[in-house]
Amino acid sequence: MNLLENIRISFRALAANKLRSGLTMLGIIIGVAAVVALMSIGRGATRSVTSRVEGLGSNLISISTARNVRQAGIGAQITPLYYTDYQEIAKDITNVAGISPVYQTSAQVAYGANKSQFTVTGVTSEFAPVQAYTVAQGRFITNSDNTAEARVVVLGSQSAIDLFSGLNPMGRDITIDGVSYTVVGILASKGSTGFFSTDEVILIPLQTGYNRLFGGRALDNGKRILSSISLSATNPNVVSDVISQAEYILRRDHGLTLHDNLPFSVSSQNQALSTLTSITSTLTAFLGAIAGISLFVGGIGIMNIMLVSVRERTREIGLRKAVGARRSVILMQFIVETITLSLIGGVLGILLGAAIAGVVTLTGLITTYVSVDVILYSFFFAALVGLFFGIYPAYQAASLRPIEALRYE
Amino acid sequence: MIELENVTKIYRMGQTKVFALDEINLQIKAGEMLAIMGPSGSGKSTLMAILGCLDIPTKGVYRLEGKPVEKLNDNQLAQVRSRKVGFVFQQFNLLPRTNALENVMLPLLYDGVHGKARTEKAKAALETVGLGDRIHHHPNQLSGGEQQRVAIARALVNDPTILLADEPTGNLDTKTGDEIIGLFQKLHEEHGQTVVYVTHDAFIARHTQRIIRLVDGKIISDEAVTHPIVAGTPRPEEVLEI
Repeated sequence: MNLLENIRISFRALAANKLRSGLTMLGIIIGVAAVVALMSIGRGATRSVTSRVEGLGSNLISISTARNVRQAGIGAQITPLYYTDYQEIAKDITNVAGISPVYQTSAQVAYGANKSQFTVTGVTSEFAPVQAYTVAQGRFITNSDNTAEARVVVLGSQSAIDLFSGLNPMGRDITIDGVSYTVVGILASKGSTGFFSTDEVILIPLQTGYNRLFGGRALDNGKRILSSISLSATNPNVVSDVISQAEYILRRDHGLTLHDNLPFSVSSQNQALSTLTSITSTLTAFLGAIAGISLFVGGIGIMNIMLVSVRERTREIGLRKAVGARRSVILMQFIVETITLSLIGGVLGILLGAAIAGVVTLTGLITTYVSVDVILYSFFFAALVGLFFGIYPAYQAASLRPIEALRYE
Repeated sequence: MIELENVTKIYRMGQTKVFALDEINLQIKAGEMLAIMGPSGSGKSTLMAILGCLDIPTKGVYRLEGKPVEKLNDNQLAQVRSRKVGFVFQQFNLLPRTNALENVMLPLLYDGVHGKARTEKAKAALETVGLGDRIHHHPNQLSGGEQQRVAIARALVNDPTILLADEPTGNLDTKTGDEIIGLFQKLHEEHGQTVVYVTHDAFIARHTQRIIRLVDGKIISDEAVTHPIVAGTPRPEEVLEI
């Protein structure tokens, strides 16, 4: 009596009652499909968040004024980030590929009659490499634009569409708070992003901004201030080193000791990334657990049917024992039967779940990701459910006393 | 060859003890064909269960081929059943959706006989019972008599020491029943098969060489039949009482 023969016997028993076997399997199919589909949606969400955050610029570190009380210290005055901080950091810091000071303000931007309020960002030439932007048309803002305080503007791909609604903006003039700027470049799209619209940007030279646009808002006691400074580390391994260096330079220049609260936030994109990933992973696990409950319920359905089946086949079991089947053989026969049932259900459920994930992707809501480990997990989980819920009915079958089983009507 | 010494089987029905078998002493020689008779509740089914190693006695000794079986565990009993005992039941007890050949192969399957040997033995058994041409038929394609022949082939397939038949003609018409009894007689005469035949029908019992009568778990008579009835003889008008 080997496993193959047991599998053959179980297939025959399952085929004898096709409707019942099918309905029993349906519980497992739905359970496994739910696990696969929900896990794939969750994994897809994680991946899209990850890729969006990575699209913002890898190895990115940003420095900005601490905005919350915990970081700034209770009662502490908000300390602005000065342009001189940027100069000091740029002078002393190592392991950095690029450093980009930024000042952002809201201004009225107009092209002809089309005018509205936009965020305008003053940048240097290093903004593009640090933030991982590439230029689709024309050129980016250069160092000489900054020294000459040139009235030039580079538009994000979405902003170009918003302002010019299909016209080619290259070489045309727009006005920002009444001052005219010439469009010299259009950025390539970074792809659609739900959270941060990285394609809706209007960039001007930082120095032009200080002199013509930002005015008193960008001054603190006569010193120029920045919204933030972005740094890109040369590689991921030195990110924390770069953060330490930046914090050290800021403390030194502001006369702070290690015990003082640093009134700035120095954070890496990776930290934001790991926070987001942990949130989506938790959500994925949660979805999977809910789906797991339905798989469990499917398992109870299997057990129920197997108990009925053992009852119905009492005489068959008695006969098998009378002609020499051992207890263990009967036990195996019924366990193999439930496992067969749950594995076929598992395979069908995986196919259904993958199909659901595919349909979700087609709707464009979220790009799902059916990963091999999810498939393997759900397959083994289904097998485990079959084993777990098959043991009790099989034990009942194996424990039947042959004389009584043979007389069972 | 088969010896029962003071075999007692007690069942508990709630508080009361039921003596299904009470101090049974019995010897059956190899090649004998005998009938066990008794009204229902007399213990004949219990005796058959013990002879067939489906159950073990509460007290007493049962030796099959000289070896005591009452101390064997479940697995050892299962092995004895598959190798030394052949059962034929009133309800045939064939597996549905399983053809004749596979039904007959079942005891070999559980005895670990594989491949060609298994098929050959099963075919030979089916030929012995005259069903060599129906080996691929399913039970629902066979008549009652044919189904019982398949069951007999299944009982014979492992060359059992003892062939136990429990009212094998109970579900068959007289003519088919005669054929089945004839088959048992043939197996006994031509193959020297030991046959123990349980029935409550005295006419059928007279087809064997020896009749043992049970009442209330005790043997009340053990009688040799000098001229066993030949299968096919019409049933006499008068009712044969136990």
